[in-house]
Amino acid sequence: MTDDINTVIEPGLVRPVIEPALVCPAPINQHSQILLAHGGGGRLMQQLLDTVFLPAFANPLLNARHDSAVIEFGTTRLAFTTDSYVVQPLFFPGGDIGSLAVNGTINDLAMCGARPLFLSAGFIIEEGLPMETLQRVVTSMRHAAHAAGVTIVTGDTKVVDKGKGDGLFINTAGIGIIEHTLRIAPGTVQSGDAILLSGDIGRHGIAIMAMREGLNFESTIESDCAALAAPVLELIQAGIDIHCLRDLTRGGLAAALIEIAEAACLQIDIEESLIPVVQEVQGACELLGLDPLHVANEGRFVAFIPAGQVNQTLDILRRHPLGQEACLIGHAQHGTAGRVTLQTRIGVQRIVDRLSGEQLPRIC
Amino acid sequence: MCLAIPGKILSITDEDDDLLRTARVSFGGIVKEISLAGVPEAKLGDYVIVHAGFALAQLDEQEAQQVFTTLRQMEQ
Amino acid sequence: MKFVDEYRDKDAAARMAAVIAQVTTRPWTIMEICGGQTHAIVKYGVDQLLPDAITLVHGPGCPVCVTPVELIDKALEIAALPEVIFCSFGDMLRVPGSHRDLLTVKANGGDVRIVYAPLDAVKLAQRHPEKQVVFFAVGFETTAPATALAVLQASRLNITNFSMLVAHVCVPPAIVTILSAQHNQVQGFLAAGHVCTVMGYTEYEPLAQRYRTPIIVTGFEPLDILHGIYLCVKQLEEGRASVENQYARAVRREGSGEAQQLITEVFEVTPRQWRGLGAIADSGLGLRERYAGFDALRRFGAAASGATTPTECISGLVLQGIKKPQECPAFGKRCTPEQPLGAPMVSSEGACAAYYRYRRQPPHSRPTLQETNP
Repeated sequence: MTDDINTVIEPGLVRPVIEPALVCPAPINQHSQILLAHGGGGRLMQQLLDTVFLPAFANPLLNARHDSAVIEFGTTRLAFTTDSYVVQPLFFPGGDIGSLAVNGTINDLAMCGARPLFLSAGFIIEEGLPMETLQRVVTSMRHAAHAAGVTIVTGDTKVVDKGKGDGLFINTAGIGIIEHTLRIAPGTVQSGDAILLSGDIGRHGIAIMAMREGLNFESTIESDCAALAAPVLELIQAGIDIHCLRDLTRGGLAAALIEIAEAACLQIDIEESLIPVVQEVQGACELLGLDPLHVANEGRFVAFIPAGQVNQTLDILRRHPLGQEACLIGHAQHGTAGRVTLQTRIGVQRIVDRLSGEQLPRIC
Repeated sequence: MCLAIPGKILSITDEDDDLLRTARVSFGGIVKEISLAGVPEAKLGDYVIVHAGFALAQLDEQEAQQVFTTLRQMEQ
Repeated sequence: MKFVDEYRDKDAAARMAAVIAQVTTRPWTIMEICGGQTHAIVKYGVDQLLPDAITLVHGPGCPVCVTPVELIDKALEIAALPEVIFCSFGDMLRVPGSHRDLLTVKANGGDVRIVYAPLDAVKLAQRHPEKQVVFFAVGFETTAPATALAVLQASRLNITNFSMLVAHVCVPPAIVTILSAQHNQVQGFLAAGHVCTVMGYTEYEPLAQRYRTPIIVTGFEPLDILHGIYLCVKQLEEGRASVENQYARAVRREGSGEAQQLITEVFEVTPRQWRGLGAIADSGLGLRERYAGFDALRRFGAAASGATTPTECISGLVLQGIKKPQECPAFGKRCTPEQPLGAPMVSSEGACAAYYRYRRQPPHSRPTLQETNP
């Protein structure tokens, strides 16, 4: 096994990450332009990573394809990550672009088991944005950072011409410290591992969709936007042998599990009836023809742990406000590497596929 | 074709013209304004089956049990 | 959710499957016409509960899939105009015309918007009097009342910046086309319950007789579909061929008079080109002369003809139930949801797309990945 995080691989030995022919039937050159779907967390985005970014920047840290890069300085291990936020509308039930930017980056660090410490914040502001809007976003960021115990220590501001941006974009980067010796990564997942989900899925995606022109509907659904470091650190402190963590974002539970199954070269089996979905999210999904498995989240994660620690882990998670609905949803096994299967509500097993791009509401 | 789902009528707008009558319909808590032009008889609390913002039909509670009744009969 | 969850019950589904197995003594081929049912069958794995003797084939009931290329090209042309807000149901956005799709037009600056209901497009037109709002009206008889209502409201409110690109299709002519085809293998039909909420099922009664084929009006939940299959197999086994209504909780024999009136007021029956099937007489709906002012083809010029479907694509055979998606040499290779060659791969309701999503062999394992993990 060479997937030890401490192993140094000479640059010359690093192979291209993926042979395109093995991954996707449609080569990227068939799209001469970037489509919105390239950012949707689906198959097109995967193509973009595989054929543009990873070949260009290939190095062992990046190739790990984890939520954060894990960097070593002597005996100190740091997690380092970045993320950009372009959400519309800027304010939505349960959060706003500011809290999302802070929590999202904290979560990327937390998914390596790191204690988040410092963030940077870069603002790309469109000319004409009301000062009051910016003030509200910044205040929200301050509160989110304070609540999670992180400090925003550096930043940048750019203003672009009217029409060249969508009000406000935010980029955040974050550094956290890893205070344990676990290797929390897809490569650590073992056959037989249990998969725990920290709560019900689909809230963020539906909360945003409710506000879209053309789709808008009344609902009381709030985004699940939250910082997940606290429950993760509690698990580590309690001695849970966490093998892998992944926060659910674009592409939903499905995309997260497929990525892990592929990176771990294992099969993942989950059961539809075990996955909590609140009735309003189900209602919206039925109405628009969406699958909750693919709907975005911003405050949920999956944990891969040894089967023997399921009860202990669930006890800890359920005591935490962010994990009250935590549950076991399935297992990893040798099976077919890279495959995720779902036992449907009527008891039949089927494949869970990555979407092409953004999930589009269907009507007919 | 034709994704349509059942929802419950929460309130009905006061319109003389049947074509303009709409209702707030709840789909598991998600509420949308839906045209009642196709179901002029529909009342508060009724379930209607909705496609593209248009209520196609009222749901019949009794008929809804038919599948289960037949299933029991067939198994005997 | 009431009227939804109870029809997805695992135990009831297994019991219904057992009852089907009991009555099946010979091989039967049954077609579900509706793409929504195809989607549900593959998503829940309904067909995997059936005895081997029963083959389900998937019909042309995905309106997005069967919209002709010429009309999509026209839609793309209109959507690219700077003065236009182009409104469409979400599933139409990825459907390719000759060279591109609505998503590409959007990427190039076209104002393309997803709407949930045709009336939402009318509201957009009211809010944007400076723009031309065009709605892409695809769909079967289920959708036609909603689009008819949009035209009527726009007409009453005197909204002049609203128009519609109409691609409505009708189910019965497609059934006739399939049943009268030389190589037809379909022995029984599950008719689309939602179409029947509007149209009823009297139109099917002469068809069931003439072609000696049972037609079961069927709902969309797994238990509905299993129940529909049971009723169909029972008729086939007993040598009967009539129309039965499995979806009686929503469908009455005569359908909805109000909805039919809306359709008749606004639309008239026209010939229509079906992608994958070709021209079918009297199989479409077009705007009546008195509403021609809302016809996008009049406002923006007629669609060009002569666009072609790639020859490798066997979608015509798939849509008629003669071939299964995996039997196509291009399936999953040159034809994928990202780069569809044919109609059934484009919409998530298309048979090929449904098979691609839920049935395809997964991608090869990636040993290279693990080896390069640092």
